[in-house]
Amino acid sequence: MTEAPAGAQWSRRLLLALLLAPALLWLLALIILPHVDLAVLSFRERVAPREYAPSLAQYRTFFGEPLYWHVFVRTAALSAIATLITLLIAFPIAWIIAKLARGRMSALLFVVCLIPFWVSETVRTLGWMILLRESGVLPAILTHLGLTAQPVELLYHDATILVGLVYTSLLFMVVPLVGSLESLDNSLIEAAYDLGARGWSILRTIVIPHAAPGITAGCIVVFMLTLGNYLTPTLLGGKNSLWFTEQIYTQFITRFNWEQGAAFGFLLLALSTAIVWLGLKLSGQRFSDVMRRA
Amino acid sequence: MSTAATPAPGKAPDLEVRELSKHFAAHAAVNSVSCSVAHGSFFSILGPSGCGKTTLLRMIAGFIQPDSGAIAIGGRDMANVPPNRRPVNMVFQHLALFPMMSVGENVAFGLARRGVGRAERTRRAAAMLERVGLAGAAPRRTDELSGGQRQRVAIARSMVLEPTLLLLDEPLGALDLKLREHMKVELKQLQSAFGTTFVYITHDQSEALVLSDRVGVMNQGRFEQLGTPQELYYSPATAFVAGFVGANNRLTGTVRAVDGALLELDAGEGWRVRVRAHAPLGVGAAAQAFIRPEAMSLVRTPAQLPPGQSAHSGEVTDVLFDGANSAVLLREARSRRELRIALPQTEAFADLRPGARICFGFDPERAIGFAAA
Repeated sequence: MTEAPAGAQWSRRLLLALLLAPALLWLLALIILPHVDLAVLSFRERVAPREYAPSLAQYRTFFGEPLYWHVFVRTAALSAIATLITLLIAFPIAWIIAKLARGRMSALLFVVCLIPFWVSETVRTLGWMILLRESGVLPAILTHLGLTAQPVELLYHDATILVGLVYTSLLFMVVPLVGSLESLDNSLIEAAYDLGARGWSILRTIVIPHAAPGITAGCIVVFMLTLGNYLTPTLLGGKNSLWFTEQIYTQFITRFNWEQGAAFGFLLLALSTAIVWLGLKLSGQRFSDVMRRA
Repeated sequence: MSTAATPAPGKAPDLEVRELSKHFAAHAAVNSVSCSVAHGSFFSILGPSGCGKTTLLRMIAGFIQPDSGAIAIGGRDMANVPPNRRPVNMVFQHLALFPMMSVGENVAFGLARRGVGRAERTRRAAAMLERVGLAGAAPRRTDELSGGQRQRVAIARSMVLEPTLLLLDEPLGALDLKLREHMKVELKQLQSAFGTTFVYITHDQSEALVLSDRVGVMNQGRFEQLGTPQELYYSPATAFVAGFVGANNRLTGTVRAVDGALLELDAGEGWRVRVRAHAPLGVGAAAQAFIRPEAMSLVRTPAQLPPGQSAHSGEVTDVLFDGANSAVLLREARSRRELRIALPQTEAFADLRPGARICFGFDPERAIGFAAA
């Protein structure tokens, strides 16, 4: 009698294991194994050709060379600013999609947010370059309108990098925000209004507390994507972009210093983990709740 | 009951609605509606879904702008006054308690918006919770409360602002039947304890009858009748009210004879019934009559009927036993129409079974005839 259910349970477990196998394999092969190897790489030093010794030299270099940690802090700060700007722009969009637009209109607005992603990131970024370079569209318009005496270079500024990052990230903020705003019962807003609250106090006391998991989820996703972005800062910021991923690229590809690159990679991972943890602590959210929203 | 509805001398009614209309596209949701609600009374707006009662309530609350007409609350005209500035608070259909706040914070929410200091609003919220029988519930989460407790929090949250008028949008609709019966009584007691004017909307005629001092029966954007529950029940002004308020048997037929205020109808296949005419009808006019289940009495033989009542007979199709609300469904012998007749509380008809033949009669004064719709 007890054998049949036990057998059924065993086959159910096997089925579950088979279903999860591709994902687990993918995780193991592409994320865990390379990271283990990178960890090993980052903790060694080349003492002679083809001869390596365990050492903390790579990490020491990072803290010893001001350029490296300067770029590191700058990348973190600009990513945080880009995340904040994305949130401020995405919130009204998400509000319109979730609360004001009806049926087809709300689907259409979603598609409008999605359209940039039909084009590859490279082409999109090159589009920005065509618009913003000195001989490009926007400087020409500014000159034509008489706002500037001669075409100005709009590329290669920090603001340009931010514009590109916000543009690339917008959808990843809008989606979790729409989800959390759609689940907000309209009668709660009406009840708050009825009890004497108005615009800003409704936003502060009802809407933001309700949407907090969605806001946190969007911020985490956007922050991670921005911090790890390579193409947008490099193309729009040029040589002055000073983005940390670019430093990693340089170590691996230009300098062929894999040990240093691996150490940088781990520092970036530590940074994004630390800031996500800090964000969760500050907003009082639990990671599992937030990830369900994302 | 109706004495509570008479306005105190020299005091303006708490709510005065004059010729109020609201159209959505070509559809008139509320069509030139007027009513007046006296201070301290319980007024219900009763109607089927889609009759415009929610639109009317939302106009009073200020969430919808009327096309024409005027609303005065506490004697003050409410044109261009937004909901957050009206001396009106609303209990929403699903209560709309704020899940991100504790019970105490919910109740103190309106006070905080008015700039009442933290210590003062905590004290007043606690006092209000005590009044609704939820002393000490302030630190609890709203989802820890039962349905009835949640309703009391919703009322406390509004009442703490001391509104002139409390609007209630079918707050019992989401509760199960047993709790609904209980909350009905509780709502009535809360209203008399606070003495605040309640305007209550519902599609449930039993709620309206039990709770209200006055009821407005609404249909297709208009009031069919405004009156006390007793008036609606015993002297319905229209066929709609007769059919909507309380259980009723509806018969259709043609007027065969007129005898003063009494009409004699042919209610199908030559079955003659005598009813009181609501308005004069001529011989040959199409008519409809309403007879309450409890207005008809079952008898074994025609001789047992009081003098002046004609005897009718029928075949029992079903016995619906429900304690005090028990009834018999029977098919009238000639017309084969189905009728519902209240079963007497005595056990005199305890042996009644489907298929049995039985006689019945009713006082023509308690049956009302209207022109056919």
